Amino acid sequence: MPEPGPSWDVVADIQLLLQFHFMQNAFLAGTLVALLAGTAGYFVVLRGQSFAAHMLSQVGFPGAAAGVLVHVSPVLGLIVFCVGAAVGIAAIGREVDAGQRLESAAIGSILAFSLGLGFLFVRLYGGSAQGIYAFLFGTILGITDRDVQLTFAVALVTIASLAAIGRPLMFASVDPDVAQARGVPVRMLSLAFLLILALSVAITVQIVGTLLIFALLVAPAASALQLTARQGRGIALSVALSLAFTWLGLALAYFTNVPVGFFITTLAFVFYLAVRLVKTRRTVVAPA
Amino acid sequence: MRILGALQLDHAAARLGGRLIWTEVDLEVQEGEFVAILGPNGAGKSTLLKALLGVVPLAEGSVRVFGRPVRRGSDEIGYLPQRRRFDPDLRIRAVDLVRLGLDGERWGMSLPSPAKTNRVAEMVELVGAAAYQDRPIGELSGGEQQRILIAQALVSGARMLALDEPLESLDLNNQQAISELIRSICQTRGVTVLLVAHDINPILPFVDRVVYVAGGHVLSGKPQEVIRTETLTALYGTPVEVLHTSDGRIVVVGQYEPVTHHPDDH
Ligand SMILES: Nc1ncnc2c1ncn2[C@@H]1O[C@H](COP(=O)(O)OP(=O)(O)OP(=O)(O)O)[C@@H](O)[C@H]1O
Ligand SMILES: [Mg+2]
Repeated sequence: MPEPGPSWDVVADIQLLLQFHFMQNAFLAGTLVALLAGTAGYFVVLRGQSFAAHMLSQVGFPGAAAGVLVHVSPVLGLIVFCVGAAVGIAAIGREVDAGQRLESAAIGSILAFSLGLGFLFVRLYGGSAQGIYAFLFGTILGITDRDVQLTFAVALVTIASLAAIGRPLMFASVDPDVAQARGVPVRMLSLAFLLILALSVAITVQIVGTLLIFALLVAPAASALQLTARQGRGIALSVALSLAFTWLGLALAYFTNVPVGFFITTLAFVFYLAVRLVKTRRTVVAPA
Repeated sequence: MRILGALQLDHAAARLGGRLIWTEVDLEVQEGEFVAILGPNGAGKSTLLKALLGVVPLAEGSVRVFGRPVRRGSDEIGYLPQRRRFDPDLRIRAVDLVRLGLDGERWGMSLPSPAKTNRVAEMVELVGAAAYQDRPIGELSGGEQQRILIAQALVSGARMLALDEPLESLDLNNQQAISELIRSICQTRGVTVLLVAHDINPILPFVDRVVYVAGGHVLSGKPQEVIRTETLTALYGTPVEVLHTSDGRIVVVGQYEPVTHHPDDH
């Protein structure tokens, strides 16, 4: 980008950043995705479902390919595959008493199978996989006003649903046996959570890309959970970190011409690494 | 008409995975009693607790708690499931876990409530866990976790505690301390306690009654009536011997065969 570089004048920099409509849209959509992913991610990490989140952000590929192949919209294919995968994990995966071994095995199998399907669809389609990949990797710098509206709707629905089921979901996540005895519909909540996750991933993936959504679903929440064991603060911190990584990543990308995805994932990873290192040192040096 | 006790099972039978676990169970527990549930591995002790929680439906017969048919989700029974420890990585404060016992099953967001916070604080105090209530549950020791879980089981105002091996993996001091804590809760608050244990000795001074589950059947009575060579041999269906050591401990020997009784096979 032939724009003037950043100065140390923050206000001027921000004006520079937001002078173009595509950057305004990028910030708006990025902010909404960060809010959504920071909130949902807290439960993903707490429930030990990072692998499920990974899978949901990947099954979009065969989904989109299937959509292209049968000439319906790729978005529809994406949604069908994400929801199908969510139901699949919930069905074979998590029994009330079982650990997560069964679930991760189910996820691994479904993921491999669906990627295989994706390649088959691409071959049958006869075209190049390029377009489908491009679709999946989104282009946060090419977001339309309609995309922003759609992202807003998804973020709103996701956060509202999580607010509605958050408390029993927390109970079911940390203490499923007692929760079940107390009348919490543990299995139903597990499915509901995966469905919320699947739908929000399916719709945001094509806007901001697989990489971004997956990075924001896990690393910020994982860092937040390391830093605080309080639920409210944990969710707030997870959201705050997601926002910070997204904003900073967008700004850095704008001024350097390096892909946004690289900066956001790197920021999220480096921060997580730093938190872990500090924690490990603290426990080694001063066993409190 | 007879006054109904805290717990009443009539001709109850439980089936899991197509197999009868126990049958013809008649059992009555009075309010405020401290009952120990004993028996070999796999006999169906945990299943018995799950039946009175309404988690495992009965195959036959009926179970009533405080005179009413059981339903899952009742807050009259505080439950402490049999478990290993919490995952060491579980980063949720101990006090938040107790709070979940109060209103964790409700939909919607949990709003700040001084009354609920006080109630939680009172229970944490009661079990002597105030010092570590703000630490992540996964980092606590086994005994500390058990205290938190007892507070969680009590916090909703439960009149009955269903405790599945709360003394497991505790050292002798902690077994003693937790048993005394449960006894005092039983006595001062009139809470009915059903406690599954593998070793009767730490709780022997406190229990009003033992319920012995073995061989697909259940036997209950005073400890000295039930834990006898003839009674247990009849219940197990294989020779079992009850020994009394010089320091007053009871040892049951001869239960070498893991009891997997199949009443269906007769
Ligand atoms: N979901 C299930 N499906 C089939 N069988 C089951 C199921 N759950 C438990 N069982 C069987 O039911 C029997 C009773 O189990 P239960 O857990 O009640 O035993 P227990 O007396 O609590 O044993 P332990 O002392 O080992 O805890 C066991 O033989 C067990 O294998
Ligand atoms: Mg058991």
